[in-house]
Amino acid sequence: MLAMHNAIHCARRSTRAVIAPLVALVYQTNVRADAPLNYFLHADGPAATPTMRLGWALAALAVVVALTVTGLLVAAIMRRRPPPAERDAAHLQAEGGGMHWVWIGTSISSVALFVTLAYVLVTLESVASPRKTPELTIAVTAYDWWWKIDYTRTNRGEAGVTTANEIHIPVGEPVKIELRSADVVHAFWVPRLAGKTQTIPGVVNEQWIEADRAGVYRGQCSQFCGAQHAHMAFEVIAEPRPQFDAWYAAQALPHVADASVNAGAKLFLDRCAGCHAVRGSDASGTQAPDLTHLNSRRLLAAGALPNTASNQLDWIRHAQRIKPDALMPSIALSASDAAALSAYLRTLQ
Amino acid sequence: MTEHAATPAPLQRTLTIGRIEPGSEQERRLRELWETPPGWRGWLSTVDHKRIGLRYLVTAFAFLIAGGIEALVLRVQLARPDATLLTPEQYNQLFTMHGVTMIFLYALPVLSGFSNYLWPLILGARDMAFPRLNALSYWIFLFAGLFLYASFPFGEAPNAGWFNYAPLAGLTYSTGPNIDIYALGMVLLGISTTVGSMNFVVTFLRMRAPGMSLDRVPVLVWGTLTASGGNLLAVPSVSLAFFMLWLDRRIGTHFFDVLNGGRALLWQHLFWIFAHPWVYAVVLPAMGIVSDALPVFCRRPLVGYLPVALSTVATMVVGFVVWIHHMFATGIPALALSFFGAASMVIAIPSAVATFAWIATIWTGRPVFRVPFLYFAGFVFLFVIGGLSGVLTAAVPFDWQLTDTYFIVAHLHYVLLGINVFPVIGGIYFWFPKFTGRMMSEKIGRIGFWILFAGFNIAFFPMHIAGLLGMPRRIYTYAPDMGWNTVNMITSIGAFLFAFGVLVFLWDFAYSLRRGPVAGDNPWDAPTLEWSTSSPPPPYNFAIVPRIASRHPLWEERISGTMRSRLTEGYVLDQGREALGTTALDGDPDVILKMPEDSYAPFWLGVASLVFFSGLALTAWWLAAFGLAACGAAIVVWLWPRRELGQRDDTAHPRESGATS
Repeated sequence: MLAMHNAIHCARRSTRAVIAPLVALVYQTNVRADAPLNYFLHADGPAATPTMRLGWALAALAVVVALTVTGLLVAAIMRRRPPPAERDAAHLQAEGGGMHWVWIGTSISSVALFVTLAYVLVTLESVASPRKTPELTIAVTAYDWWWKIDYTRTNRGEAGVTTANEIHIPVGEPVKIELRSADVVHAFWVPRLAGKTQTIPGVVNEQWIEADRAGVYRGQCSQFCGAQHAHMAFEVIAEPRPQFDAWYAAQALPHVADASVNAGAKLFLDRCAGCHAVRGSDASGTQAPDLTHLNSRRLLAAGALPNTASNQLDWIRHAQRIKPDALMPSIALSASDAAALSAYLRTLQ
Repeated sequence: MTEHAATPAPLQRTLTIGRIEPGSEQERRLRELWETPPGWRGWLSTVDHKRIGLRYLVTAFAFLIAGGIEALVLRVQLARPDATLLTPEQYNQLFTMHGVTMIFLYALPVLSGFSNYLWPLILGARDMAFPRLNALSYWIFLFAGLFLYASFPFGEAPNAGWFNYAPLAGLTYSTGPNIDIYALGMVLLGISTTVGSMNFVVTFLRMRAPGMSLDRVPVLVWGTLTASGGNLLAVPSVSLAFFMLWLDRRIGTHFFDVLNGGRALLWQHLFWIFAHPWVYAVVLPAMGIVSDALPVFCRRPLVGYLPVALSTVATMVVGFVVWIHHMFATGIPALALSFFGAASMVIAIPSAVATFAWIATIWTGRPVFRVPFLYFAGFVFLFVIGGLSGVLTAAVPFDWQLTDTYFIVAHLHYVLLGINVFPVIGGIYFWFPKFTGRMMSEKIGRIGFWILFAGFNIAFFPMHIAGLLGMPRRIYTYAPDMGWNTVNMITSIGAFLFAFGVLVFLWDFAYSLRRGPVAGDNPWDAPTLEWSTSSPPPPYNFAIVPRIASRHPLWEERISGTMRSRLTEGYVLDQGREALGTTALDGDPDVILKMPEDSYAPFWLGVASLVFFSGLALTAWWLAAFGLAACGAAIVVWLWPRRELGQRDDTAHPRESGATS
C-alpha cells in the first residue's frame, strides 16, 4: 500500500515537474495573441496544411477573377464611345453582337472551375483520412456548453482517462477523434489542425487530427447550440510522446484525499458532486466536467477563463454572470466556505 | 354515345377586333368593370394584381426595415468584445428574427411584389390567372409575418436560428412558445408561397398575350417562373419538416427524437432540400429584373437572351442537387461530398453566362448613367464577389474550415443583398414612374446609391476577413484576444452607413411620391409592354388584347426586323371582367376567361387560417376547430357557383357565349 502510495506521489511530482515548464513555454510561444483560430495563415498538421494551401489557391483565383471581371465591367462602362453630339437619343443598337463575349468568358470560367475542382478533389482525398491508422482514439462528447474528453482505448491497455475541455495528443501521430453529442448538435473544430465536424445526437462521427509540432491549439464549437455557444471553447495540447505519456499516467491516477481539506471536500460533496466527479472520492456526477485533475488544465469554464485559484472561485460564485444561462449555477458562499472549497480544489492536481 | 352527341357544340363567340380610344364610352365602361371601389371595402376585397403587388412591396419593405433594425442592434453588440448590451438569449432571438425576417418576409415577398405588379403588364394580360388566389397569397403572407412576430414583444421570439436545427429546437431544449410560433408560422407562410407560385406558373402558361411565344418572354418572367417552380417542389419539404417538428413538440411524435428512434440529422436534410433552392428563388427574379432593365440603359436589347433564360432555369435545376453543401461537416462520406461539391461548383457556370451577358450588353451598348443603371452595374460587381466566395465554399475541404464562420455570413450577404436588395432598389427607381406616375430624384438617387454601395462593402467585406480569422457565426460576444476587434468595429460602422443609405432611399421615395416630376407613359424609352400603358396603368391594364411579334414590342421600329406588334388594335373583351387565355407554347388565342369580381373571401380565408394557426400555437383546440370551420366556410363562399363566372351563358343565347375565338 505504502509503496504504491509513494509511487503515485512520485509519478505525480515528476509529471508536474515536466508539465509545468512545458505549459509555461507553449503558453508563451504558441498561443499567438493574433487570432488563435486563424486557419488561413497557420496550419500545423497534415489534416490542415493541404486545406490551407487550397485556400490560398482559391483565394488567389478569386482575387484574379474578381479583378479581371471588375476591370471588364469598368472598361465596358467607361470605354470611349462616339461623342454625345453624334448620338441620337432615340438610336438603339441592333439585337445581335456581343455573344462571343459570353462564350469566351464562360469557356474560360468553366475551364478554371474544372481545374479548381480537380485540385479540390485531390485535397479532399489527402485530408479525408490519415496516411497511417491512428493508434490513439479519443472520444469527445459535446455537452451544453463544454467538452467531455475520454481516452477509452489505447494500444497499451492502460486505464481510461476522463477530462474536460483540454485534449492532449502526442506530436507527429495521427489521432482519431470520435465525436458524440449528449444533447444538441455541436461542431468540433480545431482550425489549425483540421476542419470541423458536427457532433450529432444518435450518431458517432469521426475525424482525425495530427500536430506537426508541440503547441497549444485552440478549438471552438462552431455550430450554433444555444445560449453559451459563444463560450464553448477547448484546447488541444500537442506534446512529445514522453511528455504525453507522463501526462496520461498522471491523469489516470485517482484523487487522493487530503485530510487537511476535509471541510472543503465535504462542501464539494454537498454542493458540487451532483454534477461533477472527482475520481477517487464519492463525487461522481456526470453532467459536468470531471474535476479529478482540475489544476492540470490551463483554462476554466470551456475556455472562458485562465485556470487560477481566484478565477475558480469567481466562476463558482458568478457563473451566471460570466456565462449567462450556462448550466452551472452561481453559488453563494460565505467567506469561510469559499476558502475551504478553494483549499480543496487546490488539491485536485 | 348518344349522350355525347347530345352535348352542345363547342361554345363559340366571334371576337371583334377593334380599338378602344382613351376617354371613349367603351373605355369608361371597361374602367368601371375593373375598378376597385374606394374605401376600406375595396381595400379588403380587391383582387387587382397591381394593388396586391404594391402591397407586397410595401409590406416586404416594412419587414426589411424591422430586420434591418434588428441587424443594427446586433452590430452594436458585436462592435466591441465582451459587450453586454444584449443577453445571449436576446441576441439569439434577434439574430434568428433577423434571418427569418430577411429571408422569408422580405427577400421573396419583395420579388413577388414586383412580379405580381409587373407580370400581367409585361405579358399583356389583364390580371393574374387566379386573382382571388393572388389576394389570398398576400393576406396569408401578411398574417404569417405578423404571426411570426407575435411572440417577439413578450421576449419569446424564435431563438434557434432560421435553420432551427433539431434537437435544439425540440421541446427538451426549448420549452417556451418560441419554436411553436416559428414552426407554425412557416407552415402558414408556406401556404402563401405555394398558392402564389401556382398562380405564377399558370399565368405564365395561359395568360401571355397572343403571339408571345416562349422565346419572347422577358427574363424577369423566366426568373419568377423558375423560382415558382422551385418553390412548388421545395416548400413541401420545409412545411413538412416544421409540421413534424411541431408534432414532436406538442403531440408527442418522435421524428427528430433520437432517444425514441428518431433522427436528428433528418431535420438538416429536410431543411436544406428546401432552403438551398429557396436561395435561388430569392435571387433569380432579381437577376431577371437586371436582365430586363439594364439593357434599357444600354440602349440595346440584352446580349444572349436565350443563354441567359436557359441558365436561369439551369441554375434552379442544379440548385436542387447542392443542398448537401450546407452539410459538408455532418460526417457524410467523402465520396458523396465530392459529388455535391462538384455540383456546387458547376452551378457557377450559368452564373458566369449571365455575368458575361450583362457585361457584353454594357460593352456593346451606349450606357446612360441614370440611377437604375448604377444599381444594376453595382449589382454585377457584388454578384461577382458573392459568386466567387461561393466557389470557395463549394470546395469541400476548405468549406470544412469556412462553414459556420463569418466568411459564410459575408458570402450570403453579398449574395442576398448584392443580388436581391441592389436590383430591388434599382428596380424601384426603374418602375416607380409606372407605379406612381412620378419620377424619383436623380440627384438623391445617386447620393443614396454611393452611400449604400460604400456602406455595403465596408460592412460586409471585412466579414470575409473575420471568417478567415476563425470567428464563428452566431456568437453573442467574443473575447478581446481573438484578433477580431478591428474587423468587427469596421463592420458595425459600415452597417450604420448602409442603414443611412436606406434612409436616403426611403426619403427619396416618400418625397417623390408627392413631389416627383410627372413621368409620362415611358420615361426611360423602355421596350416592354408595361411601358405601353399609362402611368399608373388603368385598372384593366390593356383596353384591347395586344398581339406581340417580338421580345421588345416598343423598340421594333428602331431595330431591325419586319415583325410589328399591334398594341392599339386587337380583340375587344368587354362583356364583364374578361381576359384572354392562350396556348402554353406558342401563345395562340385559346379561350375567353371570365375573371372574378372583387371578393372578401380571400381576406376572410386568411383571417380564418390565422385563427386556426393561433389555436394550434396556443394549443387551444377549440379555437383551432373554430378556425378550421371558418376556413371551410370561407372556401364554400369562395367556390360557390356564380353564373357570371360560368363559361356558358345559358340564360340567353346558349351557343353564342363562351370559349374559343
